[in-house]
Amino acid sequence: MSAAHKNGSILLKGGRVVDPAQNIDAEMDVLLRDGLVAELAPKGKTRGSADESFDARGLIVAPGFIDLHVHLREPGQSHKETITTGTRAAAAGGFTSVCCMPNTDPVNDSAKITAWMLEPARGAVVNVFPLAAATLGSEGKQLTDYAALQKAGAVAVTDDGKPILDDNVMRDALRLAGSLNLPVVQHAEDTRLTAHCSMNEGATAFRLGLRGMSADAEGNVVERDVNLARQINSHLHVAHISTAAALKAVRRGKKSRARVSCEVTPHHFTLVDENVGEYNTNFKMNPPLRSAADREAILAALDDGTIDAIATDHAPHAAHEKNVEFDRAPFGITGLETALALAITRLNREHKIPLTRIVELLSTNPARIFSLRGRGSLMKGGHADVTVFDPAKRWAFEAAKSLSKSKNTPFDGWQFVGKVVATIVAGKFVHRNG
Amino acid sequence: MARRPRSLLGIEHLTPDDITGLLRLAKRLHNGRPRPLLRDRRVALLFYEASTRTRTSFEYAAKALGAQTALISSQSSSIEKGESLVDTGYTLQALGAQLIVMRHPSSGAAATLSRVVDIPVVNAGDGMHEHPSQALLDAYTMIRHHKNLRGLRIAIVGDIYHSRVARSNVFLLTKFGAQVTLCGPPELLPDVATTLGKGVRITRHLDDAIRGADVVMMLRIQKERLVHRHLNLQEYIAAYQLTSERLKLAKRDALLMHPGPIVRGLELTDEVADGPQSVIREQVANGVPVRMAILATAVGVA
Repeated sequence: MSAAHKNGSILLKGGRVVDPAQNIDAEMDVLLRDGLVAELAPKGKTRGSADESFDARGLIVAPGFIDLHVHLREPGQSHKETITTGTRAAAAGGFTSVCCMPNTDPVNDSAKITAWMLEPARGAVVNVFPLAAATLGSEGKQLTDYAALQKAGAVAVTDDGKPILDDNVMRDALRLAGSLNLPVVQHAEDTRLTAHCSMNEGATAFRLGLRGMSADAEGNVVERDVNLARQINSHLHVAHISTAAALKAVRRGKKSRARVSCEVTPHHFTLVDENVGEYNTNFKMNPPLRSAADREAILAALDDGTIDAIATDHAPHAAHEKNVEFDRAPFGITGLETALALAITRLNREHKIPLTRIVELLSTNPARIFSLRGRGSLMKGGHADVTVFDPAKRWAFEAAKSLSKSKNTPFDGWQFVGKVVATIVAGKFVHRNG
Repeated sequence: MARRPRSLLGIEHLTPDDITGLLRLAKRLHNGRPRPLLRDRRVALLFYEASTRTRTSFEYAAKALGAQTALISSQSSSIEKGESLVDTGYTLQALGAQLIVMRHPSSGAAATLSRVVDIPVVNAGDGMHEHPSQALLDAYTMIRHHKNLRGLRIAIVGDIYHSRVARSNVFLLTKFGAQVTLCGPPELLPDVATTLGKGVRITRHLDDAIRGADVVMMLRIQKERLVHRHLNLQEYIAAYQLTSERLKLAKRDALLMHPGPIVRGLELTDEVADGPQSVIREQVANGVPVRMAILATAVGVA
């Protein structure tokens, strides 16, 4: 991140370029200049020169990763994370863009707050795309001013964490958002069924004496939302999908041509409810870790295309907030720095999902879902947002070294395959590793 | 028993030998003259929830072994001012407590506390999770009457879902080859309860549960934990109240047990509670020697 690269150029030489949007998977050189992709050419065939060249041999050069679901905690909860620290963690994890949730304090339900998040003074080191609240205060009653929010920079609307349960409000939200081509993002949870619950319903919850959230509490809401999205022909994006039931509803919706997309988190394709162990609050998040059968359904849906994106739901919390009784601990774990490693280790190595598909899930599709123009591909003229990673590198994640302000991760000490080597935003290195 | 201090967080992760050792020690302490095994040791009784039996018997048990006790309850301590569980643990340790006995409304609270303090924690009931000292005193009581747990047919009836007593008892009894039948309506006894232990059976019919039983353990409906579960009490009483008539279906020498507090006229009638098969008060009395054994073992002096 030095000033030397300002308005400069970088030549990424000899890497394996994986760009599903252009159907490219080949060893190529990429020339970045003035914040844009200037050239993409076979090895040694770029015509322009560069201030700096980067040896990418043996590495994957991919369009920059885009995380559709992060909590940056500003304004209002800067003891957990700030836009600066959150985006530094994003850069370390290979994300060149992050889409941040509106459940800040105050809730991001106004153009003013959206604009504040985007001010240079926030110190973001990667692109930030705010999601705005779908209703005032995320109270599920009165819609916010979608047009004004969109103009201020919001890329979608959502009441994340406080799902919209009222049919009429959801219908109105989909109508208004649809007219502006904004997706409505829903955290699908029938909160009338999940009061006081702190994990997934099942044998583990019963053994631990914890109240469990049923899969239906997610499935029923997704089912309803998909039906509404189809009737209204608006774009519904299902956040952090976690159950076989909800995936079934999405699959059915896609077959019937409803405009529906969905994301899954790395922890939901990696862990199951049993991993909560003896009340480890770093395994407490919402939606909760589900059953082994749900995880199987997620892996199948990643494979068959039902799931469109991997998003982290990066949800930092201070140590003292997590070091409490399990049922009193806040939901959420950090995830920006472990997402790629989990995708490669679990999806590619163990489940043989190809790297091209992983790039599609982390970059191509997220750009399309939130209509982030000029991103999610290394097409000439697009933004010079690039993630370079080593798909074979073995490493161990240490929570203490995380760049996030919070360390609430279940993956401390995990051995991984696949590591980010460099993250480039607008033609500048924002992260470089060995 | 091993002479190293250790926490008692639950029954689930104990071995049969651990349990047998505790019960044998309880018997020795019960029959012999009190020994000052915990002379001048400091035992903190940290109670975030109301308790009569458990609190008093832990206190008597500690004092009978010569310990100094301090009672900290959520109403009259800095817990009221918002001091966290973890900080309360640090504070008690700094005050010289050598053991913390804790009752808490959150499942897993004892595990959370034991991870941060360097002294043993004895779980005196954590939410809906476990109540290990109760299961131990229940086993102690059963063994006094039936000699052996293996093959015993035990019916546990009532609000299983909310019951830490039920969980601890199922963990303990199935480790020793007892045949456990759980009985109650689906709202209070989900099917998943069979996964608690080996051979656990569920029935929705009280007569079916009691028939041929060696032990009938009745549980209270925990109204304070019901949240969204609706229950028609009249229907519940009609289906699940233990009456003298119904108790006749059990073996002639069957024990009627209840961890207390009992709600007369709800889960059982006066006749049953005070009848010849009832060992409810004996359970309470047995709590003292069993808890003496638990404290001595936790501190590592047994």
